[in-house]
Amino acid sequence: MGIAPTLAVTQPAFWPLTLILFLPAIVAGILALPIIPRGKDDSVRWVGLATTIAVFILSLWMAVPAIFGAGSPGQFTVGDAGMQAVVKQPWIPAFNIEYLLGVDGISMPLVLLTTFLSVLAAAASWPIEKHVRPYWILFLLLETGMIGVFVSLDFFLFYVFWEVMLLPMYFLIGIWGGPRREYAAIKFFLYTLAGSVLMLLAILMLYFASDIRSLSDDQLLATHVVSPALEGADRAAALTAVHSHPKPVHTFNLLALAAIGQSPASPFAATSFWGMTLESWAFLLLLIGFIIKVPVVPVHTWLPDAHVEAPTPISMILAGVLLKLGGYGILRICYPICPGAGLSFAWLVCGLGVVSMVYGAFAALAQKDFKRMVAYSSVSHMGYVMLGLGVWSAVAGHEYQWDAWAQGVNGAMFQMLAHGISSAGMFFMVGVLYDRVHHRNLEEFGGIFNRMPLYASLAVAIFFAGLGLPGLCGFIGEVLVTLSSWNYSRLLAVCSAFTVILTAAYILWAIQRVYLGAEYKGPHGDHLTPMTRRELAIAVPLVVLAIVFGVAPQLIFNYITPTVNRQVETLAEWTRSIHDGHPAAAGAAAAATDDGAVGFQAAIDSFSVGGGR
Amino acid sequence: MQSSAANLLVLVPLLPLVGAVCTVLLGRRLGPRAHLPAVAGIGAAAVVALLLLLGTANQVGGGHADPTHPVEPVEMISTLWQWATVGDSRSGDLPAAEVGVPLAPGSAVTGGAFSIPIALRLDPLTATLLTIITGVGLLVAIYSIGYMHDDPGYPRFFALVAMFVFSMSMLVAASNFLLVYVFWEAVGACSYLLIGFWYTKPEAARAAKKAFLVNRVGDFGLALATFLLWMTYGTLNFHDTHLADGTIVEGILGEFRLADEVGYVGGAVGTAICLLMLLAACGKSAQMPLHVWLPDAMEGPTPASALIHAATMVTAGIYLITRSAPLFVGCPGALTMVSIVGATTALVAALIATVQNDLKRVLAYSTISQLGYMFVALGTGTMLGFTAAIFHLVTHAFFKALLFLGAGSVMHAMGGVIDMRRFGGLRHVMPITAATFLVGACALAGVAPFAGFFSKDEILAALHAKAHPEAHGSDHAEAGSAGERPRDLAGGVGLVASVPVRPFRPGSMITRVSLSDAHDVSHEKVGLDALDHPSTWRLLFWMSLLTAGLTAFYTFRAVFMTFTGPVRVPKEAGHHAHESPSVMTMPLLVLAVLSAFSGVVLFATNALSGFLSATPSLTAPAVVRTAVPHVFHWEIAIQGTLAAAIGIAVAAIGHLGRRSDSPQLERYLGPLGTLFANKFYFDQIYAALIVKPLEALSLVTAFFDRAIVDGTVDAIGQVPLAWGSAIRRMQSGLVQRYALAGVVGVLAIVLALAWQLRP
Repeated sequence: MGIAPTLAVTQPAFWPLTLILFLPAIVAGILALPIIPRGKDDSVRWVGLATTIAVFILSLWMAVPAIFGAGSPGQFTVGDAGMQAVVKQPWIPAFNIEYLLGVDGISMPLVLLTTFLSVLAAAASWPIEKHVRPYWILFLLLETGMIGVFVSLDFFLFYVFWEVMLLPMYFLIGIWGGPRREYAAIKFFLYTLAGSVLMLLAILMLYFASDIRSLSDDQLLATHVVSPALEGADRAAALTAVHSHPKPVHTFNLLALAAIGQSPASPFAATSFWGMTLESWAFLLLLIGFIIKVPVVPVHTWLPDAHVEAPTPISMILAGVLLKLGGYGILRICYPICPGAGLSFAWLVCGLGVVSMVYGAFAALAQKDFKRMVAYSSVSHMGYVMLGLGVWSAVAGHEYQWDAWAQGVNGAMFQMLAHGISSAGMFFMVGVLYDRVHHRNLEEFGGIFNRMPLYASLAVAIFFAGLGLPGLCGFIGEVLVTLSSWNYSRLLAVCSAFTVILTAAYILWAIQRVYLGAEYKGPHGDHLTPMTRRELAIAVPLVVLAIVFGVAPQLIFNYITPTVNRQVETLAEWTRSIHDGHPAAAGAAAAATDDGAVGFQAAIDSFSVGGGR
Repeated sequence: MQSSAANLLVLVPLLPLVGAVCTVLLGRRLGPRAHLPAVAGIGAAAVVALLLLLGTANQVGGGHADPTHPVEPVEMISTLWQWATVGDSRSGDLPAAEVGVPLAPGSAVTGGAFSIPIALRLDPLTATLLTIITGVGLLVAIYSIGYMHDDPGYPRFFALVAMFVFSMSMLVAASNFLLVYVFWEAVGACSYLLIGFWYTKPEAARAAKKAFLVNRVGDFGLALATFLLWMTYGTLNFHDTHLADGTIVEGILGEFRLADEVGYVGGAVGTAICLLMLLAACGKSAQMPLHVWLPDAMEGPTPASALIHAATMVTAGIYLITRSAPLFVGCPGALTMVSIVGATTALVAALIATVQNDLKRVLAYSTISQLGYMFVALGTGTMLGFTAAIFHLVTHAFFKALLFLGAGSVMHAMGGVIDMRRFGGLRHVMPITAATFLVGACALAGVAPFAGFFSKDEILAALHAKAHPEAHGSDHAEAGSAGERPRDLAGGVGLVASVPVRPFRPGSMITRVSLSDAHDVSHEKVGLDALDHPSTWRLLFWMSLLTAGLTAFYTFRAVFMTFTGPVRVPKEAGHHAHESPSVMTMPLLVLAVLSAFSGVVLFATNALSGFLSATPSLTAPAVVRTAVPHVFHWEIAIQGTLAAAIGIAVAAIGHLGRRSDSPQLERYLGPLGTLFANKFYFDQIYAALIVKPLEALSLVTAFFDRAIVDGTVDAIGQVPLAWGSAIRRMQSGLVQRYALAGVVGVLAIVLALAWQLRP
């Protein structure tokens, strides 16, 4: 290759990002050693919890510099659209595989969500008595896997973490789950594996079609193919090395792949077999892999089974983080790398989203199992994410208005974060009841408000957040997505607006059957004790965040909007160039300049009085 | 002055919110005094609201002898913070550098960014409603101290009431359609929690769910209307936004668009927006076909019914339509639909109320009916109609709150019994309640000179003007005639001349950014507009008059059944049935005074309508043109009084002095009586046509999910197993068979090679 390797350790973000990523795995390794003697289960739990807290604080240090006094290198700059805290280190040079990490406005909030939910899920793992040590080892490995997917900028590395995440999840469901855990676990595993195989296929297709020699010097630097940290002669040498290479230089670099995919003469746009372009195939293969994770009808049936069988903390992680990986993948990989296919398949993504939304809501309405109902509500809510990601409104009427699409993608991102809070909360609330009475039959509850008033109040608040009540987190995402889809297709917009009625129906009906009413109708009524302090410590932050996200969504938009808007605008420009035949504008994705005309502002006008007389 | 008013305006919602939060945090500790934070918060908010009302009235200026003279709009906007900003924030308060970018032609429709400021407004309409909400809220809260005193959920009740007052204040003060939607749902949530307050009762839990779901159907309409507004006007703000560099972004109800004769779209899009808003208003204000939730909502505590389901929340629909008056007046078909919905609802609900025996249900149907009355007035689309609707809203808030609190007082004394057939002669037991209830009943029935008489008269007059355009002078010639709406600007020059010219703020007119292409949208007629015909209005007028008679009948039927005749007290009341404590009767007395005199005062001075006409929405030229001189309509008053007198007389014949459990007049109605008693079978029809099919669909979906989708998955999962077991048979262990397979394989390879190498 000839690109001079930079010493990764000197990169400012190397240690923070690497620690966030690998600390859980390291602790998992330590736990596997016989350091903590047998029988000291509580010590294992505390070590595990402390690890998740440490990782959370580290990610908080990185993501919210304001708390710790801003300015340290390696910290995230809120409002900067570009890729930040990039860590670059060759890993398998023979195939140009790199240890390439970085965060931007899309991944940073998701990393924070992951580390936060991991703390709560760790606290929710206390009641697990069976095989405590292996449980915590797998739990921590899972956290590393999840964070790894969000911070990887190398497609191969991404794939590795994607698979790393899969195995712990399989065992966590299969060993610590409910009665049908083995069925659920193998179903989860096979489903996700099928998606992974398709993804691998797409990765290899894209890799072998890519050639970074076609990128300009600026693009090479912006995509971190050549580290922008290099100075003067080193940089020139590295750039020359790329361009003077005799054979095509393939890459797994996601940013570089995106730059290639959006270039005017994209090799991905070449026709492949069956008359479809390479990028169409790659897009579809990747999409299948990702929508299995989201999950989208009709590849969603692993979700209810996995949720019903998984223990409460794993359900929280599953709903709160794992489902977001699918949406993240579509946003980070499918659209930027295969924009042409994204344009032609916008109807597919949007259609799948709306079908999931309506279908999930109807299915949720019919469930008798509390947890299964919440699981289907996830299918329905994640449909909004799909719809928001898919509304390629630039083609609607051939007006290159990226605003509506930006609204949709921002809404989808917000919906992912909000759903991370509300669904984790809902699953936890179900778990609190299940821990006490050991059943989840919706027909056999009732009167919980009378027995556990504090718990019921918190639960109702979380369920209202799921219902999309304004002022709570579920509202903003739904509004933005529906509003943006109006431009793309009124039918889809009306369907998604109509879904809120169904959502209200199944959630209110569940509230009525579980929390209201005179008497508890099920078994073990005498076990309905008030929430413990540990449970409160999990529930209260979720409720508080649900309210904060609803009242001050701008806190979140400050992170996501610049990045999302820039990506959307770049892709809209690309569309314009395709339609109007002005290739000049294309390929701008890679030019990561910050003049993206991103009208981003976080104005908090205190009591400014305007208007008439 | 303005900034202090802005600070005061923020206090109106803020104080009850603080009260609610304090109640939640301190409720347990305060014990029997848990009402203190809420009552104090709402009370302080009421004082502030009154101050703001007076301040606004001062700004409008008194004495509008000639209502046809255009009034200067009065509004004040207070932007607190940007709630959510996504994308290119062109319609928000953005840095001046960003504004210089010229808007490309054609980009206007969607060129605006999604930027929602938390902006509150103060104008005559908002000031009026804020006063009603906090005032009635305060009286109800004080009353509840007595009514709820030994309820285990005492703190929860006050927290919810304060929360409701906060949400409702925000709803009427919000200056943005999305914020309106937010608090539209928030009041719905408060209502849900208060209906389900006694959650252990299954009926209460069911009623709460029903209320929320039916309201969600209306919310769906509001959401779609909001989206259409966004697509059409490119902003959701009511007010114009003045940017730092002097650019002005036109709001939907801002002064520039209001002054613009062609500022609002008509035609199909405009009508769709208005009909969707009507759907929303039907949900919240319990109009047909979405009225079914309100009677069931009576499962909640009576003070909550008085405040939320009679005086304030259910009038949100009237508020919304009045606020959007400029949008509606361009769509005569949609306007007429408002009146048709209102008149039909008023009549049907009044018919149902005539045969109800539950005192609170009578009042609930009466509320639906009176709200229908307000809708009829709104639908006329005239200045008189809009002000009459708000006038009736105000008087109705007083007398309906009074009646509900009176019913609650009865219920309180009778041990929770509310079936009128089990009462009798209660005026001897609880004289204050009886006397105040009678005042409320007179006001509701439209007996002169009580409040309802004047507001109802105004509504009928507004209708009459539409039904007989020729009889009401030529100064509002377009009223009632489908052909000459302000939208048709064939001869528009003459009309434009009548637009009140308002002075622009000096130096502010640098650039106006209109985010809408309203001008380009054709103002073609839609089929619905044909409804706007004098004959329709004549029918509506007679329906309303009939409703007036029915109202008087069922009101006095209730009065006679409950308070006259031989004294009968249900045994649940125990031995000490007595008048309610003074903490409950005091609010009754205050409301009785208001019910008795507010009408005549407001009518005689014409203060309210003059004041309201300075609301920006009502200063749209199309509305201003319809203003008529303020007169007393003798012939209409006589007709109305006659209807009321007949109703009272029939009620007296049927019920005065009789035992309330004796056979009733409805036995003469035959099958109609059954129809009324069963509430026109709305619930059954909805169950059969909507609820059951949706349930079935959900079961089918679940089955499809399990059997087909998951079945396919499981079947695919079986394929490797089946394949494996098929192949397993080949491993039979018989060497001969292996040898045979080997020979066959070699043969096959040889043949294949031969085929490949063929010449």
